[in-house]
Amino acid sequence: MAKAKEELKILAPCGMLGYGFPKSSFMKGMEHRPDAIVVDAGSTDAGPHKLGAGTAIVSKQACKKDLELIVTEGVVAGIPVIIGSAGGSGAKVHVEWTRSIIMEILQEHQIRNLKIAIIWADIPLEVVEAKLAEGKCEPLGLAVKPLTKDRLRATNGIVAQMGHEPIMKALEAEADIILCGRAYDPSPFAAFAIYHGFDAALAYHLGKILECSALCAEPGTTKDSMLGILRKDSFIVKPLNEQRRCTAVSVAAHTFYEKDHPYILHGPGMVLNLENCVFTERGDGSVEVRGSRIEATPVYKIKLEGAMKVAYRTFVVAGVRDPLLIARIEEVEELVKQQVAEYYSEVPPEDYRIHFINYGLNGVLGELEPHREPAHELGIVFEVVAKTQELANAVCSSVRSTFLHYGYEGRKSTAGNLAFPFAPSDVPFGPVYEFSVYHLMEVADGLEMFPIEYIEVRP
Amino acid sequence: MKLYDAAAVLRSKNSGPFEVTVDVLFDDPEIYDKIKRSGVINAELVSRLYNIAPESITHIVFFDQALGFKITFARAISSGTFLDRDVYGAQQHAPLMDVEIDLGPDR
Repeated sequence: MAKAKEELKILAPCGMLGYGFPKSSFMKGMEHRPDAIVVDAGSTDAGPHKLGAGTAIVSKQACKKDLELIVTEGVVAGIPVIIGSAGGSGAKVHVEWTRSIIMEILQEHQIRNLKIAIIWADIPLEVVEAKLAEGKCEPLGLAVKPLTKDRLRATNGIVAQMGHEPIMKALEAEADIILCGRAYDPSPFAAFAIYHGFDAALAYHLGKILECSALCAEPGTTKDSMLGILRKDSFIVKPLNEQRRCTAVSVAAHTFYEKDHPYILHGPGMVLNLENCVFTERGDGSVEVRGSRIEATPVYKIKLEGAMKVAYRTFVVAGVRDPLLIARIEEVEELVKQQVAEYYSEVPPEDYRIHFINYGLNGVLGELEPHREPAHELGIVFEVVAKTQELANAVCSSVRSTFLHYGYEGRKSTAGNLAFPFAPSDVPFGPVYEFSVYHLMEVADGLEMFPIEYIEVRP
Repeated sequence: MKLYDAAAVLRSKNSGPFEVTVDVLFDDPEIYDKIKRSGVINAELVSRLYNIAPESITHIVFFDQALGFKITFARAISSGTFLDRDVYGAQQHAPLMDVEIDLGPDR
């Protein structure tokens, strides 16, 4: 156990590793002599493709740019650097991608003599299959489809969100850099605070705020640094940029953000209750928070995420300006679909699907759109998803040519219906994924599923 | 007054890939209180605006400290797969914008 501190400072450079932050804010944070630099790199917001295809949310260049300052300054100050949900989705491939960037930075700056901990968050399919059979793995949310054996086997890797426990273990092992696979966003922050003996409820609540860095300030952004200061019975969040201030309401309101409930937050093995928190403005743009509560759940459950390939897509972007076509656009699109189906009568209809999105009519909301008057021009995205990329390409080509020349009733613009901004017009997109696993799985404890590997960077 | 004009923040976002959550925050405690007490924000309204069964609405919660309320419901199509139109769920607040709020004769 570490020596008890009266106050603990955590620097959060930005809300998403690779989103960038002003160097001046970060360095101002370093002037406060923080005890750790902690940054979240993860999200499922960008959809299932990142996890399914094993790609990162940010570019390598952006990730390296952020990490270079974080790692070099962390080393100079002799404080731990903790990265949550490496590479966005936090699977093996994402962790390895981030590790290679860190190694590059260490080499380029000739930094040696430190210890890196890597905490893996990949869950073997067989483990999930066995837990399903035991009834210890349940869907998280009404819209999650049942996880059949076929869907599980088609899933391209599963990750689970870790709590603070494995990260604390890496801190006990005196790791200088801790690279986490998929983590519950607040966990890396909470782990550092709990390791130093601070209250778990305050630690997780602070983590929930700092994982988005300056988003709780006004004006809010994930692209700026914030300082968190933990005390025995409260914590303070402090913007590091003169242009931003936290208010009692802005910090209280932050717990709303991208969570299903405004003050009850479910995490690995625990529930955080922020209903009776007190938020106090300190007059310098910072806010002090008290009264966060936490309860361990009777059974420790971790959240699983997994994605599977469901189809291949080809799409086209086109504009329509002719008022006669705009007036009957949905009708014409149905007729185009029918004509393509007739043309490809030998292809089983379940092998492909055609979908039109009409921007300027109801592109964003679809059937929910309350205002159904079309604009004077429409942007149309049409896509074909099919069993193979070849079939998607072939059917999309037919949809495009049929739509372009379709002789709808009363047409005046008889030379062509669509304005394509690009040539070629058809874009083969590649695989389309779907979250096949979004489940809660019972585990023995917070450590069981998250093995830690250490790398010694020798002198 | 329309809800969009009464609110300081009216936004939507995924809360996980299978849900959308809408946040409505105010900067005036009086307006917040009036809307909270009026009962105009209820499951029937959300069900109608989003064309979903009331069972698909998981939360409608007011949080006084933040001067706001939150509505969370199940997505018809999960984020980022075929037929989804809004991967981040970031523009799904629009159906709530036109909800009429009666703030009384003094407003």
